[in-house]
Amino acid sequence: MWDYSETVQEHFFSPRNAGAVKDANAVGEVGSLSCGDALRLTLKVDPATDTILAAGFQTFGCGSAIASSSALTEIITGMTLDQALQVSNQDIADYLDGLPPEKMHCSVMGREALQAAVANYRGEVWSDNHEEGALVCKCFAVDEKLIENTIRANNLKTVEEVVNYTKAGGGCSACHEGVEEILSRVLGESGHSFAPSAGTTPLPVKAGRPRLTTVERIRRIETVLDSVRPTLQRDHGDIELVDVEGRQVYVKLRGACVGCQMAAVTLDGIQTQISEALGEFVRVIPAEARARHSASAASESHVACA
Amino acid sequence: MTATTPAIYFDNNATTQVAPEVVAAMLPYFSEQFGNPSSLHQFGNRVGQAIQHARTQVQALLGAEHDSEIIFTSCGTESDTTAMLSALKVQPERREIITTAVEHPAVLALCQQLAKEGYTVHYLPVDQRGRLDLATYAQLLSERVAVVSVMWANNETGTLFPVERMAELAKAAGVLFHTDAVQAVGKIPLDLKYSAIDMLSLSGHKLHAPKGIGVLYLRRNTRFRPLLRGGHQERGRRAGTENSAAIVALGTACAMALDALEHEQTAVRALRDRLEQGLLAAVPNCFVTGDPDHRLPNTCNIAFEYIEGEAILLLLNKLGIAASSGSACTSGSLEPSHVMRAMGIPYTAAHGTIRFSLSRYNTAEEVERVIEAVPPIVAQLRRLSPYWGETGPIVDPQQAFAPTYA
Repeated sequence: MWDYSETVQEHFFSPRNAGAVKDANAVGEVGSLSCGDALRLTLKVDPATDTILAAGFQTFGCGSAIASSSALTEIITGMTLDQALQVSNQDIADYLDGLPPEKMHCSVMGREALQAAVANYRGEVWSDNHEEGALVCKCFAVDEKLIENTIRANNLKTVEEVVNYTKAGGGCSACHEGVEEILSRVLGESGHSFAPSAGTTPLPVKAGRPRLTTVERIRRIETVLDSVRPTLQRDHGDIELVDVEGRQVYVKLRGACVGCQMAAVTLDGIQTQISEALGEFVRVIPAEARARHSASAASESHVACA
Repeated sequence: MTATTPAIYFDNNATTQVAPEVVAAMLPYFSEQFGNPSSLHQFGNRVGQAIQHARTQVQALLGAEHDSEIIFTSCGTESDTTAMLSALKVQPERREIITTAVEHPAVLALCQQLAKEGYTVHYLPVDQRGRLDLATYAQLLSERVAVVSVMWANNETGTLFPVERMAELAKAAGVLFHTDAVQAVGKIPLDLKYSAIDMLSLSGHKLHAPKGIGVLYLRRNTRFRPLLRGGHQERGRRAGTENSAAIVALGTACAMALDALEHEQTAVRALRDRLEQGLLAAVPNCFVTGDPDHRLPNTCNIAFEYIEGEAILLLLNKLGIAASSGSACTSGSLEPSHVMRAMGIPYTAAHGTIRFSLSRYNTAEEVERVIEAVPPIVAQLRRLSPYWGETGPIVDPQQAFAPTYA
């Protein structure tokens, strides 16, 4: 069974604002054909102020689809339409204290229903522009379509590049077989074949951008760490920069992050963000592993000699 | 769930409780009977004899002619894989496989992989009641086909396939026949010595033995290549030190299943029928999926229209009732069950399918409790459904509610 948060369960067992709003003047109907879920969102909007006075939902879907719908109606009631349009699917997921990666599309459906309802109110035609494919990477909730499109757009050739560009496969690595299959298929379309040992092209560096100074690099790394810090602190953890040595970025995890089973995944995510910020591939390594790292490198070469 | 209302387990096609007698039989093989059955000394010898005894117990349940036709494996999936890959290996010139669209992933995913490797896989379609067309099947049999793999009973609907007839047709065409019988063994009588089946898979945990033990039945003189080499165990056909405690457990479970076959066919069937009739009478807009006339005695799969299965399961679970669903959302995949899609069940019903699978440990009182519990749950979820009006489904649901689909 899914590992649903208490809040998801609570919103599923006692959904708020279930049913259609009476005298609604905005209706959004969306569905996800791939998973079969569908949602009708009805709003009563005050024409004078564009404020959402009431919101109601009707959902054909699983526990998290119902909980996401319930959360959405709670979040947007009282907002103006422009404020409501700022609500992201991540906001819905956060309101519910998180959703399993396989279920993030339920929160996407909520956001789309909102967009559709606002378009309906304003007399506009709303069309959905996001494609959804089968989930490939469960660590970072990346689906097949996103990977395919990113490979095409950036001419990617290796699993490592897919990890760098999409995060898919950057966690437990169990999906690498699936990523290789997508690479084979997409490369095959243009008459190329996937070669596991193909050289990795570096991440794109903006043309003419000067090489960063050490101080500038450290500033950028600190900026990334500052941006993830609130998330870590919410889980009673923290992170600090210890040293930067070429492409190795040494950090120290603190508080609840120490010994957390998700620490490796967290570091992988931070590594991707830092790589993006610096425009070069770097490795983020726990400072404690530094000594071990050099020691094991030594013993590996020893084995190779034996 | 409170202390006064014990949990109800109606998910026996997923796995079964290990029978207390089975637990008692296997426990000594974790402690004093620890020997390696291959060893010459008394420690090994006693375990070797116990395994031999278990082999005859499995043989009896299957109605196999020889006990050496029983190969112990680690699970049903290993048995399926061993059978299929062996058939391909002994006939490298044959590049086609016949299976069905509704097989368990243990066979289906393997076939999909083999297709990527260049094999041609024929997936036999099913009709709205989950039945195969034998004429279509007969036409596909040829000297190009290496193996036919057809499940004996479907895990979701309980629908039985005419595998004995299909095995005869395969034999007449000179094609090897394998059946995944993990749902059938222990629920319906089998007598393999009078069949044309070459290979059969079973899984211990579906018949009150523990997880981690399976069997591949391999008819004598069937050409075979092992999946695991590396030892003389199972006459060199499945290397690896025997899982002796689980093998002893499976033997005991098979002996108990043989004794209980009559009970499964009468008492368990009566419980299932009462459950099904009770639910159909109490809930509007629901129907039984699969072929009710040719079905396992313990399984009942009902589609509750316009609501979604995971939501039903979560509410049932709150009342301590365990069942399972063919909805996409319970599996982590995006599609509803491939079995429901193969039968052409519409999305609005396929997502609301619930499988109740009983065992001989269930009671009439439990059945009545479930019949009482389900209708309010269905009504509660339908109140949330955009496809449901005040008193029933909205008129022309597909028209009246036509969402923009991603």
